[in-house]
Amino acid sequence: MFLQTLLTGLAIGGIYALMAVGYSLVFSILNFSNFAYGSIIMLGSYISYFTMVKLGMPIGLAVVLSIVGAALLCWLNERLAYSPLRKRRASSLFFMISAMGTAIFLENLVYAIVGAHFYAFPEVFTKTNLTFLGASISVLDVFAIVFSSITIYALHTFLQKSRTGIAIRAASYDISVCSLNGVNDGALIGLVFMLAGGLAGVSGTFLGMKYIVYPTMGWITNKAYIAAVIGGLGSLPGAVVGGILLGVLETFVSAYVSSVVRDVFSFSLLVLLLLVMPTGLFGRFLEEKV
Amino acid sequence: MLEYIFGVISLGLIYVIATTGLAVFTGFTGLFSLGHAAFFAIGAYTAAILTYFYGWNFYLALAAGAAAGGLVGFLIGYPTLKAKLRTDYFAIATLGFGEAIRVLLENLPITQGARGLPGIRGETNLPVLLVSAALVIWLARNLIRSRHGRAAVAIREDFVAAEMMGVDIFIGRLRSLTFSAACAGLAGGLFAHYFCFIQPSMFTSYMSTQMTAAVVAGGMGSISGPVVATLIFIGIPEALRVANIWRLVAYGLLLVLIMVFRPQGLMGYREFSLDLVKGWFGLARKGGKA
Repeated sequence: MFLQTLLTGLAIGGIYALMAVGYSLVFSILNFSNFAYGSIIMLGSYISYFTMVKLGMPIGLAVVLSIVGAALLCWLNERLAYSPLRKRRASSLFFMISAMGTAIFLENLVYAIVGAHFYAFPEVFTKTNLTFLGASISVLDVFAIVFSSITIYALHTFLQKSRTGIAIRAASYDISVCSLNGVNDGALIGLVFMLAGGLAGVSGTFLGMKYIVYPTMGWITNKAYIAAVIGGLGSLPGAVVGGILLGVLETFVSAYVSSVVRDVFSFSLLVLLLLVMPTGLFGRFLEEKV
Repeated sequence: MLEYIFGVISLGLIYVIATTGLAVFTGFTGLFSLGHAAFFAIGAYTAAILTYFYGWNFYLALAAGAAAGGLVGFLIGYPTLKAKLRTDYFAIATLGFGEAIRVLLENLPITQGARGLPGIRGETNLPVLLVSAALVIWLARNLIRSRHGRAAVAIREDFVAAEMMGVDIFIGRLRSLTFSAACAGLAGGLFAHYFCFIQPSMFTSYMSTQMTAAVVAGGMGSISGPVVATLIFIGIPEALRVANIWRLVAYGLLLVLIMVFRPQGLMGYREFSLDLVKGWFGLARKGGKA
């Protein structure tokens, strides 16, 4: 029972970690919470569902298309909803309202056009189970754990080793100094949003396979946001630790206490942690920049 | 037909009361609440339970609903505002709080869970609504013109500078939140006695979104702007009989468009006055722009 819960928690935590990294990446550069990210993840999920099930493409291609599609949507979101504000040097409050507007718009657009149907992926992966030390784990969960680890490791290497990665890390400290040193900040921000969108495509696909595809599934991404805040917004290792921690704790609560209080538990955990450690576990952003 | 028009006006006035409260909080402190529907629900349930199960006088029950809303606002605000959470952390904390209240309402015996409370006495009528709305707007106007209001504006514009000038940020924000929660509670009580039926699923994030959208569209830092915006938001969709779902698509788009093109909103930082109307028609007394 214990090992079983731990494994399930790790699988969910891996997906949370992917999404939380996407949140944190954008936050580290622009210093605002991109509440539209949840809807991008939802759209990524729809893309992989429709390409895989309706168009009959293989899963690998569906994931790639979902990554590309979500990356483009995320980039477009930045160009249309955030970059005019950025050019005006608006405060983070305005960015947040714009992000909220985007989230409401996209979510309900899907409702209005595609409808409120629930789409389930074919149960090929979820039904096959592996047994590990007496605990059974679905192939999908194994895949989720492995694939999220690889993605996060690749992103980490990119940020640490490549020239562009160094520019992104520099911009997360101070974007104006960074652009004074010859970095094209508009292009850099576009790239960061595309990276975040790519992560949204991957996590959206897993989320859709694990649960079900529907317009308000972006709600689950609030958990990823909580994970990012617990880890400390703007810190990528923090997002990973926060995601896995929240996934495991939540699964234990729903296994040993009740699944009704699971969501309330995550939010209470967030508030309690913020009261004790306002920066989260690894964060460095205490106050808003005025 | 006349009945229908009165119905739309009544619903509009109920929302005006709640939105005016939110305008005092969000518009004058710059903090966002994504869980205002919860205060609305607390007011609705408190007032309805008192008249329904205990046979209280309607007006006393309304006052109790407003008091309950305000009290819960105070209790939520005390720890979160004391910790000076960032704008986005505060928003996510209120989102979680709204969710917790909904779970609670669905599971408490006295609220009769998801079935709701049918057959509440229908005592809300147009005169009661007009007097309540006028009272709330008058209180809000006095509040923001007082020493407290000027302090709140200072907090929103630059809280570091405000604190250095001796403004107590915590007290200012807490007072605004308590006032706005009490307004939402009052609106909730009126709502319950207008529709004679309430259930937890009525008080979703849709309600919070509509109120927030009205405050932003009407103009942050204005009272008359959000009031006008609320009446438009309720009136136009009713008149055109637009499906609910397209309203939300439009709200989302509207929030983004306002942030991109007209961040000050309809009335931004100004109040509706005769001079303003004259200004629109080029009749301002002193000439030039009003």
